[in-house]
Amino acid sequence: MDENHLLINLKDIHFSYPGGREVLKGLSFSLGQGEKVGLMGPNGSGKTTLFHLIMGLLKPQHGKIEIFGQPVEEEKDFVEVRRKVGLLFQDPDDQLFSPTVLEDVAFGPLNQGKSVEEAKEIARETLKALGLSGFEQRVTYRLSGGEKRLVSLATVLAMQPKVLLLDEPTTGLDQETTERIIEILKGLKLAYVFISHNMDFMLQATDKIYGLLEGRLALEEEMVPHTHVHVHGYGRLSHTHTTSDDFRPGIERDK
Amino acid sequence: MFNEVFTEGDSLLHKFDPRFKIVIAAVFTLVLALSSRWCALFAGLLFSLSILVMGKLPVKGICIRLVMVNGLILFLWLLLPFSVRGEAIFSLGPLTATREGVRYATLLTVRSNIIILALIGLLSTTTVFNLGRAMVDLKVPRKMVQLFFFTYRYLHVIQLEYERLTNALKIRGFQPKTSMHTYKTYAYLVGMLLVKSYDRSERVRKAMICRGFKGRFYNLTEFHLGYRDLLLVSLMLLGVAAIGLLQWTRIIY
Repeated sequence: MDENHLLINLKDIHFSYPGGREVLKGLSFSLGQGEKVGLMGPNGSGKTTLFHLIMGLLKPQHGKIEIFGQPVEEEKDFVEVRRKVGLLFQDPDDQLFSPTVLEDVAFGPLNQGKSVEEAKEIARETLKALGLSGFEQRVTYRLSGGEKRLVSLATVLAMQPKVLLLDEPTTGLDQETTERIIEILKGLKLAYVFISHNMDFMLQATDKIYGLLEGRLALEEEMVPHTHVHVHGYGRLSHTHTTSDDFRPGIERDK
Repeated sequence: MFNEVFTEGDSLLHKFDPRFKIVIAAVFTLVLALSSRWCALFAGLLFSLSILVMGKLPVKGICIRLVMVNGLILFLWLLLPFSVRGEAIFSLGPLTATREGVRYATLLTVRSNIIILALIGLLSTTTVFNLGRAMVDLKVPRKMVQLFFFTYRYLHVIQLEYERLTNALKIRGFQPKTSMHTYKTYAYLVGMLLVKSYDRSERVRKAMICRGFKGRFYNLTEFHLGYRDLLLVSLMLLGVAAIGLLQWTRIIY
């Protein structure tokens, strides 16, 4: 893709935490329009760090960051970046600080200079789009884990970003909520990058997957879809494999 | 602890404008704290009780809260009777209790209980969030309101973290004893909570920056004053004025 049309372009990024080892060693990464990218890597490999560098929450010791074709270095450059790039944090409790759901979702639009009425309207629309109508007056810290995650996503989407960075959006969620999030992501006309350890989820919601190893990115090109021995939730209750029912030694069929 | 049980209600008191509630709570506390005559204190008690009745608050819940507060007042009783000069009543070793000391401790106990009763009625019938908004409207410095609100919001999270840590101790067979090991473990626990809270605040700050936070909070809803609020606040102010009259004039000897 033409370099000028890249949404995010990182070149030769080096980063280490104060007094720590070097986490990123010459990492380069680019994201084009509409790309849906997955990011994998062992714990502590620098995935979250990478996101925080893009948002300007951390500053690299070396390297170049370009967002929407513009080089960004100073804090004021990043203020602009944060209007267009939305980051979903790992822990929804970090993201939801307002008392009510409506207030939290409206917080971003208000900071973007929208009027109170406009912000409320955007918040309501966003909640509706995520199937969260009726949640407006709920108290944020009393929501369930899955609800918190969905509301966090709403707070980010309400800012109408052009790119989404999702930090383990499905970790700790049940099957149903995970699927709901996959559906929402697949329906978005946005470019996004997300971190996950869930391979099935990755394959469903991304076009390509990068691995972050030893401070650099590598494209996981050899992706071969194949099946595994697996277990369904709730045991035999929900088992209705129509094609392979005869082929399950040791398990009796419920009739 | 964080369930705000008293806020769920539909009484006149629950609907009372939170800004007035704060004003009344402040004025009442001030007048009562300066009152020393029994007739004024009695009027204060009537005031507090009528507020509680108006809010239809459960007696049991109120008693539990009173017991917690009086736990602190107990310490006053350990010190005051022995530290005020006056006529001796009895002696405990080198310590002598005085009539004035006991009188003073009684006065403080009665006074604080009356104030607490009024505060339970006025403040715990409003959600912490609405109190915060009312404080903004009353021109309390925004930074203070934010501190107040964030403390409340994250106490909940810190409490959960504390529970996780104590559970981690329990499942590895920790039993508190009077030993160096226990003290050390508790020190680690408190230290860990501090570090975790600091990290948490850092993450919350970052999340807010990502959403374009520039140091300003916005109110989505505004309070509306009704004639009922005005009536109620006038009545309450009259009540407080009556207490003041009883204290500072000689209407009743």
